[in-house]
Amino acid sequence: MIGALARMPSTLRTFGGSQVSNLVGLLIVAGALALTLQHVLQHSASFFFQILIIGIADGTIYGLIALGYTMVYGIIELINFAHGDVFTLGGYFSLALFPIFGIAEGKAGFGYVIPLLVVAAITMLLCGVVNVAIERVAYRPLRHAPRLAPLITAIGMSSILEGAMYLWRGPNSLHYPDLLPLTRFNIGPVNIGVKDLIVITFALVLVVVFTLFINLSKLGKAMRATAQDRDAAQLMGIDINRTISATFFIGAALAGAGGITWGLYISSVDPFLGFITGLIAFTAAVFGGIGNIPGAALGGLLIGLIRAFSDSYFDSSWTEVLIFGILIATLVFRPTGLLGMRVPEK
Amino acid sequence: MKRLRVFVRENSRNPNAIAYTVMAIGALALPGIVQFANGGNGDFLVSLAADGGVYVLLAIGLNVVVGFAGLLDLGYAAFFAIGSYTYGMLASAQLISSPIHHAVHIPFWIALLIGMFVAAGAGALLGAPTLRLRGDYLAIVTLGFGEIVPRFFRNMKDWTSGVNGISALDVPTLPFWITGPWASTQLAIEHNFRFVSFNPTAWYVLVVILIVISVIGVNNLYSSRLGRAWMAVREDETAAAAMGVNTVNTKLLAFAIGASFSGFAGAFYGAKLSLVSPDSFSFIVSITILSMVVLGGMGNIPGAMIGALLLYSVLYYFLPGAPAQATALAHNLGMDWLNQSSPDGWPGIAEFIHRLQFIIFGLILVGIMLLRPQGLLPSRLRAQELKRGVHDESAVVTT
Repeated sequence: MIGALARMPSTLRTFGGSQVSNLVGLLIVAGALALTLQHVLQHSASFFFQILIIGIADGTIYGLIALGYTMVYGIIELINFAHGDVFTLGGYFSLALFPIFGIAEGKAGFGYVIPLLVVAAITMLLCGVVNVAIERVAYRPLRHAPRLAPLITAIGMSSILEGAMYLWRGPNSLHYPDLLPLTRFNIGPVNIGVKDLIVITFALVLVVVFTLFINLSKLGKAMRATAQDRDAAQLMGIDINRTISATFFIGAALAGAGGITWGLYISSVDPFLGFITGLIAFTAAVFGGIGNIPGAALGGLLIGLIRAFSDSYFDSSWTEVLIFGILIATLVFRPTGLLGMRVPEK
Repeated sequence: MKRLRVFVRENSRNPNAIAYTVMAIGALALPGIVQFANGGNGDFLVSLAADGGVYVLLAIGLNVVVGFAGLLDLGYAAFFAIGSYTYGMLASAQLISSPIHHAVHIPFWIALLIGMFVAAGAGALLGAPTLRLRGDYLAIVTLGFGEIVPRFFRNMKDWTSGVNGISALDVPTLPFWITGPWASTQLAIEHNFRFVSFNPTAWYVLVVILIVISVIGVNNLYSSRLGRAWMAVREDETAAAAMGVNTVNTKLLAFAIGASFSGFAGAFYGAKLSLVSPDSFSFIVSITILSMVVLGGMGNIPGAMIGALLLYSVLYYFLPGAPAQATALAHNLGMDWLNQSSPDGWPGIAEFIHRLQFIIFGLILVGIMLLRPQGLLPSRLRAQELKRGVHDESAVVTT
């Protein structure tokens, strides 16, 4: 990075220099916060908390998806465009599994907890297997090819997965059964639903378990080592191929869980859902610092909040412009993201 | 005659020369053949070919950015959109309903240049802050840009009519035009000629002329000092800078020049369709153009053109026609039950084939990358790199 800066003409160096860009970035953030605050004060407090909860629930789901992006990018420096579609696949697999386990809408109760968890586990397993297969077929043969080649196959795989779901269940969006209790209760000015709580808890537990796994387990250590320096890791006796497969498996399992959570929360899935959701989750990963695991979770949460607030306090048709604007601004002003420490540049 | 023979002998082994010759002959013969084969009712196909020409222009432009300079652009459709919307606003009654309340009607030929410069300006504008990013980061920024621009046009309802888009665009006019049997009319000179949608041959000729001009221009750029600088930056930016290449200007120019092609391709597209709508410029368009360049052979101009022609004919001619073909085939084989949709989820073969199109597109992308990553007609330099693998350092040492 220092080398790259030194090669630039002085005008560009000041533009890209840390003080100036940090100042500009801070001004933008402060301006946005002030504007939001002004809009928030025009509405009631209970409305604010309602949006806040929606934002947190969406944000934890985005975080789940973003983890897969950030891990795969961290380890093989590939934007896995198929990841968003693996997330949708989670919704589709679980929809197909519900009848097998006798789960149907309208009979919600505690008896459903175990079957629902079993469905979630099978879905995560299936998604993991699909993603490992994708890596094996489409990415591994191209590991030493120019960077563009695996990127194109990733886009191709994304199209194949979307096409497979389209072929399977048709083009229309599918109704996802309402399985979570719809009870709502008040804590002070906060009106909160049991559904929100379950979704947030489920996603948070997965994120925490996963972070612990990466930090404490032997496989997690192998993943971090491979991400840092593949050759050195190999010299230390780490099986690179197995570690990369494991990364794809875990990332996809989290995305599959995200697909179920999304279905339960939003109550509908369609074959092309994964495209835009995946791009937003990817933005979250970049925002938090790509390759950085807590960063992806934090980025997901922030993007979820930004999305919820922009949708309800401002104009929802500008939300995606805002989110992709954040994507560009992050990369221009702070390419390492909010928490980013490593700079993958080769 | 002797010089011709020498020329032919010298170039008969050169794949690029063969490709250019085949494409030139094909372009000249296409309207006649199509009209003849369809008994004079081939206008639809000529029009389709003219639309295909837009993709050829786009592939030539993206080839400059990705193939020559090695800057990965995942949002090229944004510049296409900018070119189209520039023409849409400057050559229609659109601006009457906008805050400036005056329609602007700039002639097509001038608007074409304006669209080109506006797109080039947008390219430079996007390029400037992102120049210090490399590789994937640049790709992500262009992806974000490509997602923002169509949404921006969709949301600026006062200026662009939002989702409905701008319609009834002005058509190009010329003082005279030659018509003849190739457009299924008598040979004649027509004065005060207007390019109308029921005369696709004129549009076809126009796009072929635009392509020829572009190919000559890009070929000159390729062998110019700037072209060599692009390739130096692509191969090794640090080494290029050390050799005295101004990498900042070089990359900015690659962005701007690459974008300018999609600028005038966009103006042509808008004028021909007489409609500019935000849905025409989604991510899939960027990906399709990129796939065309990669499929044909990155960094090689005739390669990119062939890639564009092949992928375009698959996506816009063979795949849309496939459901009807499959239905007819099933009928001829006496398997009409395939054509009926059944309650257990079988949608009928036409619908089934229609739904298969995403899978087919994906399989094409994956298959080409796995089987022939250098593309159909690779540049010689590029083919060597891919064979030996620039990322494999041991291979570089042994050569």
